[in-house]
Amino acid sequence: MPPESSTLRKAATASDRSRERARTARNRRLLVHGTRVLLLLGLLAAWEGLARAAVIDPFNFSMPSKIWDQISQWALHGTPQGPLWEQIWYTLYEALLGWVIGVIGGVVLGIALGRIRFLADVLGPYIKVLNALPRIVLAPIFLIWFGLGPASKVASAVVLVFFPVFFNAFQGAREVDRNLVANSRILGASNRQVTLQVVIPSATSWIFTSLHVSFGFALIGAIVGEYIGATKGLGLLVSASQGTFNAAGVYAAMVILAVVALLAEGLLAFLEKRLFRWKPADTSTGR
Amino acid sequence: MNSHSSPAIELRGASKVFRTPSGASHTAVRDLDLVVERGEFVAVVGPTGCGKSTTLTLISGLEEPTTGDVLVAGRPVTGIGDTTGFVFQQDAVFPWRTVLSNVMAGPRFRGVPKKEAKRRARDWLARVGLASFEDRYPHQLSGGQRKRVALAATFVNDPELLLMDEPFSALDVQTRALMSDELLELWSGTGASVVFVTHDLEESIALADKVVVMTAGPATVKEVFAIDLPRPRRVESVRLEPRFVEIYREIWSSLGEEVRITRERGAAHAA
Repeated sequence: MPPESSTLRKAATASDRSRERARTARNRRLLVHGTRVLLLLGLLAAWEGLARAAVIDPFNFSMPSKIWDQISQWALHGTPQGPLWEQIWYTLYEALLGWVIGVIGGVVLGIALGRIRFLADVLGPYIKVLNALPRIVLAPIFLIWFGLGPASKVASAVVLVFFPVFFNAFQGAREVDRNLVANSRILGASNRQVTLQVVIPSATSWIFTSLHVSFGFALIGAIVGEYIGATKGLGLLVSASQGTFNAAGVYAAMVILAVVALLAEGLLAFLEKRLFRWKPADTSTGR
Repeated sequence: MNSHSSPAIELRGASKVFRTPSGASHTAVRDLDLVVERGEFVAVVGPTGCGKSTTLTLISGLEEPTTGDVLVAGRPVTGIGDTTGFVFQQDAVFPWRTVLSNVMAGPRFRGVPKKEAKRRARDWLARVGLASFEDRYPHQLSGGQRKRVALAATFVNDPELLLMDEPFSALDVQTRALMSDELLELWSGTGASVVFVTHDLEESIALADKVVVMTAGPATVKEVFAIDLPRPRRVESVRLEPRFVEIYREIWSSLGEEVRITRERGAAHAA
């Protein structure tokens, strides 16, 4: 050890301490993840065990191994309605298309009504009435109008997606910081520039909140539409499995849906992070 | 054209009545008479909540007077003029734009080509000492730095009329003195007429050529004091001069009474 080791030792103990802290944090993360996995495995094992011991009726409740078999069978040999990927693609396509149309409609109308008082005053009550209606009952009507193809599912996804997006966009356009609007008008912005460059950017965080929820709604719209009547799609898989008392099939479709929804959610979160670089990183202390 | 001989701002018997949500009417300012000459720095002081800010919104064209006239450069105000700059009390920078893009906003809104706007914005950012911060977002800056961005974004439009609504009230005391000096420096080259609203009497004397004292709300002009301190001034040192103290005492004898009235009213409301 060199003679000036006391300062070195101090530095060493300091880095020891920070290493210690890093280790504690890592251990905690491991504990959380580990417990999470154990919980899932425990639940699945209990389900499997109880079903095999016939404590719960395996015919009605099925069991994880059967569900897994069902998924791999669909994946390898196709479903009664055709290949599995095709069913997933159909549902996803209907949900995505409905979502995009609903979001565009909701944002455009929400911003327009938020900016143009006259429109808001005229259309306000009608929108309230439409919103009060449980819109899922429109699915059978759409089936009559648009037939068994994707169009009827897209339509029911659109009506489910439109309203939450619309209301958030409307609120976002209404709650723009008045100072910011006054400032941009002083700086020389025209009405159009205020809408495009001030109102829309400040409403985006409102709109994004609704995008998360509304993609789930789009999936619901597509699935319910397919459930009521379709030629392809995961909803049809659910209703066909139900029709043949195949509980494992219903669960298997659910698992596939959950995975699809989670992937879409992850994509959205990624996009949001890119778009909101201007926001403080810690949202709990931010605006 | 009489616009070259007429004062920069003239208020003639201007009043503003607001409707409150409950339907009652609230008079913010009444019978306001005020003249601001070209190139003059006028500070408006008054008790809190008396309607000082309303005076500014009337001059800026953001609001119209209920009665009376507001003239800018000899012409009645209709809408927001191109030669007006306004610095707000709260941060009014665009949080989703970088510092550079914030300062470019004014020229871009007015149709200046991008390249030219960028050049002018960079120039003003250098003058407020933020040249190396142009890629930051507002949330990454301190309160004083954000205020500098707001000043640069206002000055980049070359305003002939600069309206400031307690611009430095949210800053800490040291930053405030610094910003006041910077403001005087930025302003000195422009020849703009300034109306600076504040509730801080010291600040107003240190900055202005003329201090206007407002009455307790509904506000009207009570008295106008000329400030004969020589320029250029440094805010921190001018405060210590005997003449400054004299002026302060003189104005406070007028303003103090209005502050007392406001406070007693507040106490009566609370009781």
